[in-house]
Amino acid sequence: MRGTSRLPTWVELLLLPGLNLVSAAMIAGLVVVLIGEDPIAAVGLLVYGAFGYGEAVGYTLFYTTNFVLTGLAVALAFHAGHFNIGGEGQAYLGGLGSTLVALHWGDLPSLLAIPLAVAGAALFGGAWALVPGWLYAKRGSHVVITTIMMNFVAAALMTYLVVNVLIKPGQQIPETDIFATTVWLPPLDPLLTPLGLDLGRAPANLCSILALLCCLGFWLLVWRSRPGYELRVVGRSEAAAIYAGIAPARVTMLAMSLSGALAGLLAVNEILGSQHRLVLGFTGGYGFVGIAVASMGRNHPLGILLAALLFGALYQGGSELAFDMPKISRDMIVVIQGLVILFAGALEHLFRAPLEALFLRPKVER
Amino acid sequence: MDGLWLQSLLLADSTVRLATPLVFCALAGLLSERAGVVNIALECKMLGGAFAAASAAAVSGSAWVGLLAGITFSCGLALVHGFATITHRGEQVVSGVAINIVVAGLGPTLADAWFGQAGRIPLPGGARFAPIDLPGAVELAGVPVLGSLYAEIVSGHNLLVYLAVLAVPTVAWIVAKTRFGLRLRAVGENPEAVDTAGVGVEGLRHRALLLAGVLCGLAGAYHSIAQNAGFIRDMTAGKGFLAFAALIFGKWRPVPAVLACLLFAFADAAQVRLQGTSLPLVGTVPTQAIQALPYLLTILLLAGFVGRAVAPRSLGRPYVKDR
Repeated sequence: MRGTSRLPTWVELLLLPGLNLVSAAMIAGLVVVLIGEDPIAAVGLLVYGAFGYGEAVGYTLFYTTNFVLTGLAVALAFHAGHFNIGGEGQAYLGGLGSTLVALHWGDLPSLLAIPLAVAGAALFGGAWALVPGWLYAKRGSHVVITTIMMNFVAAALMTYLVVNVLIKPGQQIPETDIFATTVWLPPLDPLLTPLGLDLGRAPANLCSILALLCCLGFWLLVWRSRPGYELRVVGRSEAAAIYAGIAPARVTMLAMSLSGALAGLLAVNEILGSQHRLVLGFTGGYGFVGIAVASMGRNHPLGILLAALLFGALYQGGSELAFDMPKISRDMIVVIQGLVILFAGALEHLFRAPLEALFLRPKVER
Repeated sequence: MDGLWLQSLLLADSTVRLATPLVFCALAGLLSERAGVVNIALECKMLGGAFAAASAAAVSGSAWVGLLAGITFSCGLALVHGFATITHRGEQVVSGVAINIVVAGLGPTLADAWFGQAGRIPLPGGARFAPIDLPGAVELAGVPVLGSLYAEIVSGHNLLVYLAVLAVPTVAWIVAKTRFGLRLRAVGENPEAVDTAGVGVEGLRHRALLLAGVLCGLAGAYHSIAQNAGFIRDMTAGKGFLAFAALIFGKWRPVPAVLACLLFAFADAAQVRLQGTSLPLVGTVPTQAIQALPYLLTILLLAGFVGRAVAPRSLGRPYVKDR
């Protein structure tokens, strides 16, 4: 796992991610040139598409919320020393949890139905992640492999349930009935319209506030609580944890289920906040991008917020860009996301070594 | 009886077809993981290979040019993976995820820009590996049992299927019997020992990844210029991950891994035929249950509930020389 950095804070938190981003942007620009469009104009359109008007901001906010939740999920497991790349599956199961609540208790008043549906999402997502956590703690299975496999099992299970069990009776499209309006998450309009932002038809909803609360809760848990301390000790060194009287098995299972619960909350934004019904494949790769968000955000809630905003803007601006530049499709945004993961995550040492040589030399001489 | 025989023949035939890319990918995964490099980028190397093979074949009209392009592109991705994880000691899982996402987007983007058919690349006639009728297949087809077996299962596949059959003993031999194979296994178990013996760890791992790239390129070309005529988005549909599961199910050993590929391919082939039909004892099996089966089996095996799969010891750990 990543050791403590010896670089100055501003280099670690600003310059290094900045260099990584610029490299990813340069390669992406190269691809744009390759398909015959102007990369500078593309950036302009992208920024306008993400922040230029109220509805754009609303969509950016909506996507950002997704990325915050999956980013926090990856980061929490990472602090405990694990790669949870099962965010997709956990979010998918979270959708099942909130759907079951919505379909069975939809006639309850909103104040009761919505918290129940949110809890359903967190519970199901957490339970799905607890399986790899338990298998690692008790049987030594590698979390990366198990979570990959669980993604596919989740996809098969959800397809079966939606197509055969939960489907709206008498129709062919694989989706459930529209939920009762009591479980719909309220939109953000009443909060933002007074500020002069007209969100238009953007699906930004109260889940964005929930995601902010999750960031705060994440910080309190990891850096200001006993379980969080134990979690970080286990992540650094299981041997040290055992020596200090911490049971790694229990901590791993706790970390994985909380991580899965965070991923499960993606369903709150997508299903309860926007789609209002369970549809196949609503997770749309957000779980995987969570890895990029966590890694760019240095596994800290503040960094994750910023990285998620970047990805949210890319996502929304990218779809607008696809409208305006016929040769650029939404797939181009997927390429950029992948490049950011590559440079910010896998190639993070690329610039670290030269920067360390640059900034640490005086100290070595002294 | 005759109908049942024909059904089984067809089932075996499609098992072979579905197993081919799995075999290539599982062997590729085996080479890189036995050398200590986690390779969850099998999926995208195959997808990238499929894209490059289809583009080159569509432009040149030659399947051979396509095959070469597929292998080259896949090797290029292997180099990126190696640059990030071996040279710069980046997280191998993150690098795999990143490359997977880049290629999933890059294929349709470039296909759309170059061929303008909504992310598809159609192939002109002749730019594809056609089925090969082995000598005597037509004449012997009438011979009961053996003749039909020969004509349906052994003969009538395209070149890449036979290459996959050849690849199995070749890779098994390389890994088990050659000096390179011995060092490859050693570098996955104990790189310090290899380094002490004066053999470069990084070079070995790069070579293992490149070989894996060649195999993934073959698998990709099989998808786009042999089994199908052209490239479509996400055409590998998770087969790389299925091969990854097969590799673990085969406990990181060549022959068991290939057998696992055949088993998973058989389940896949049976699943299409079983749709809606009722089986004795169990009743109707949902297709999704069969789709999830390989992954469930792998989870169970990895957890030691059925046998025990032990990964190469230094798998996923970058090698730091000066310690």
